[in-house]
Amino acid sequence: MPENIEKISVKLNVNGKTYVRNLEPRLLLVEFLREELDLTGTHVGCDTTYCGACTVLMNGAAVKSCTVFAVQADGAEILTVEGLEKDGQLHPIQKAFGDSYGLQCGYCTPGLLISTYELLSHNKQPSDKQIRKAIAGNTCRCTGYQNIFKAIQLAAQNRTRT
Amino acid sequence: MAIKFGGEEKKWVGKALPRKEEDRLLRGRGRFADDIKLRDMAYLRFVRSPYAHARIISIDTSAAEALAGVVCTLTGKEIVPQTQPFIEIGPDSKVRDYPFAVSKVRYQGEPVAAVVAESASIADDAAELVRVEYEALEPVMDAEQALQDNSILHEEAGTNKIWHGVFEYGDVEKDFQDAAFVVRIDRLHFHRFSSTPLENNVVIGEWNLKDDRIYYSCNNSFPSFAIQFLSAHLNVHIDRIRVQTSDIGGSFGIKITNYPQMAVVALASKKAGGRPVKWVETRSEHMTSSAHGNERTFRDTRVALDKNGLITAITSRHIDDCGAYPRYEPLGCVIWSQVFPGVYRFKNARIDFTQTVTNKCPVGPNRGYSRMQHLWFLERVIDICAHELGIPADEMRMRNYIRPEEFPYTTPNGCVYDSGNYPGMLELAKQLIGWDAWKKKQAEAQKQGRLIGIGIGTTLDSGTNNFGQSQIVNPGAPFSGNSQGANCKLDIYGEVVVAVGSCPQGQGHETTAAQVVADVLNISPDLITVRTGFDTERNVHTGFSGTYASQFAVSGLSAVHGAAQKLKTEMKRLAAFVLESEEDDVEFGVGAQGPELRAKRTGKSINYWGLANIVNVNSAVLPVEMYDITLNCRYIWRAPFKVPDKQRKYGNLTLTYASQLHIAVIEVDRETFIPTILDYVAVDDCGTVINPPIVEGQVYGATAHGIGAALLENCAYDAVGNMLTSTFSDYTPITALNMPKIKYGHIQTPSPHSYSGAKGMGEGGAAPIHTISAALQDALFPNGIIIEDSFNNADSLFRALVGKEICQAERLVKLERRAS
Repeated sequence: MPENIEKISVKLNVNGKTYVRNLEPRLLLVEFLREELDLTGTHVGCDTTYCGACTVLMNGAAVKSCTVFAVQADGAEILTVEGLEKDGQLHPIQKAFGDSYGLQCGYCTPGLLISTYELLSHNKQPSDKQIRKAIAGNTCRCTGYQNIFKAIQLAAQNRTRT
Repeated sequence: MAIKFGGEEKKWVGKALPRKEEDRLLRGRGRFADDIKLRDMAYLRFVRSPYAHARIISIDTSAAEALAGVVCTLTGKEIVPQTQPFIEIGPDSKVRDYPFAVSKVRYQGEPVAAVVAESASIADDAAELVRVEYEALEPVMDAEQALQDNSILHEEAGTNKIWHGVFEYGDVEKDFQDAAFVVRIDRLHFHRFSSTPLENNVVIGEWNLKDDRIYYSCNNSFPSFAIQFLSAHLNVHIDRIRVQTSDIGGSFGIKITNYPQMAVVALASKKAGGRPVKWVETRSEHMTSSAHGNERTFRDTRVALDKNGLITAITSRHIDDCGAYPRYEPLGCVIWSQVFPGVYRFKNARIDFTQTVTNKCPVGPNRGYSRMQHLWFLERVIDICAHELGIPADEMRMRNYIRPEEFPYTTPNGCVYDSGNYPGMLELAKQLIGWDAWKKKQAEAQKQGRLIGIGIGTTLDSGTNNFGQSQIVNPGAPFSGNSQGANCKLDIYGEVVVAVGSCPQGQGHETTAAQVVADVLNISPDLITVRTGFDTERNVHTGFSGTYASQFAVSGLSAVHGAAQKLKTEMKRLAAFVLESEEDDVEFGVGAQGPELRAKRTGKSINYWGLANIVNVNSAVLPVEMYDITLNCRYIWRAPFKVPDKQRKYGNLTLTYASQLHIAVIEVDRETFIPTILDYVAVDDCGTVINPPIVEGQVYGATAHGIGAALLENCAYDAVGNMLTSTFSDYTPITALNMPKIKYGHIQTPSPHSYSGAKGMGEGGAAPIHTISAALQDALFPNGIIIEDSFNNADSLFRALVGKEICQAERLVKLERRAS
């Protein structure tokens, strides 16, 4: 039973801060972020790696934190939605989503911001098709994606300009 | 250009104002129910039935209780003596609905027990240790079979039938005698799906044993309805139940019916000694056992038409499947009749409507609730009749549409369509899609053997219900009219604070409410705080408060407007006194010390802080005759409805009628049978628009829901009641990869029934389901195929086209020509 399972020491960096914790091996990365670190911006929507509400950046790659054990993130650098703003200023991607009405209920938004962050980190001028592919793993039930496409295009343009 | 209505100049209403909600949501600082953690909180997990229909022989919770970290367990048998069955909306209902299955289970996923533990993971482990012994019974998976009562779900009711009624208007049979053409359609079927909000249901409940009150933080989207059910069920005075919501990650109506889980959480908290208990639904629980949309079968349809293709009468038999328990039902048995003739002019019709239970997940009001099923049926009738008579689909609609000059239009059952211009929308949509060019391309493609169809869907989004329609399904129902509350105040330091009785899930209520108040007070919306979420203790709710049924722009904003007007009147009176001026001389504006009121004559002014100061902390300066001024103004808006005529089933059932007209071009691949959308236009009319991008965004959202439902999303069950789409990976909600680019257009026919000219919107009338069915129908008529079902994918299209197992026109449709 769970109480007999040995906890594992994990050291990881989240949004620039280092944490050392002893964790149950079955603890999911998303549970660790939400329950242990109180970073509740990362959400859970489906439990089966479909919806991407739990997307975070792990060592530069967008991963679904509901399908990563926290212990697998030992030594990793994690970026969550809370780490996007700088000195209180919204990240240009966040701003572009706001300016484009790219969110409604906002539940999927943190995951989409991270997937966009990953896309724009390696592709400065993504095509429509590349945008669709990059967020294919992020389900949004409110927007019908139209304004999200616009937001990502706008974020890319703003990035190119600066 | 500033819009003018209600005698006020609109600087802010009608503007593309950025949403006030955005900042916290973009920063990951939204506050969703699952984000809330309370001291000493325990976690609840349900044990659910693997059977669709079975008798419960025994439940053994001892092993679960023995597990370290388990606080308690709870079963149906335990709660029966402490509770009443939930209120039934239906007349003389003998259904006994508890939040747990008590003696038998009636759908896969029905809760049979719950476990409460110190952590969510211990609760998970413990739930697996609960042993339940079942005796399987014959499951009833089809509505028409259910009505034969061979296997009965609710034995105490003695039948599976939940409701039956006939809606008949005009001399139907005479129209059939006089008809030039009669078209018969054997069967049509609207499938079961759900809008599956991305945030699952979440309930945190605390039955505080010190003050004997129940405190909820949850994401229920119609809390004033939920507390009425909970109060009666839990034997607790309604004032002892506090419900708060915060940010909600979508509902689309589905979260209206999570009150059974709210009940379990409260009872579990009581058993756990008053500790707060949290339940977070998993996606699979959501798919199998939260709520689905209503499934409906349309049988034996007859359509009478004159020689010009004008429909004169329709008769049909509609069978609605509400799943295992009629929770919000049988309200759906009347709600469809808000749009009885759809957008069409026929006067005479007889619809025989029956609702039945089956061994599937209970239904709940899902975006487009009950009207979309009927509107889809009418759109199928239009296309099939057009084809039988050889009239083009667009022309058929033009001949049958209610004409713009006929508004306000009274339908055969007494509903009053406020405004609209369906031919104008069709014209705009055709222009946006390039109708003529597509028609040419289609003809060329057909010559090459390609299957391309162009389809039109015209639909209605009726908003702001007259709850009096509940009396049509149950003459004893104590409901009628509609109302909404709001409060607008100057806080002690002069801040403008607005509270409303809605609980938005992304509809931007904070923003649009601020726009309305900004216009009343002539200040910037930035200076207005709108309280987010619902709270029974804000005292701004009525029994109808919540967010559902396309109405905030009408009911919610009318209440906000009323409260702001009241505040403005008080501020003016008080300022005139302080400034030693006349009320007419006082104007609203912004000065060096923030928002203020000025005496035009003297130039003297007082800011909001000054006014609030006098009322709240400096009241000795007030003369007695001004003691009624509180600067804290509550307003209840009421919709101007009458109680419908129950016998005739006649009356105005909804206040506003937004409309949508979509056109789709679809190709079905000849080899894979995968349907692909080649082009798509959505034209919307929701009257005067409060915030254009917010409206546009909801049109896109409703369009995605509809496209998903038409092509991808189906709550499928096998013959013995196993749900086959219990994860997102199986249910496949629409993604960025399969969502086409939408061309958007809109017209505005202001509603004469709302103060602003706005109509409720957001549900969207499921326009894409009608439109995609129409386009597929257009593509497949030449192959002898009738689009019999609202859900069509590669598999069903293959079975129709190659297997010839389903959708065969020769079996489904008959034309009788009587024209000489």
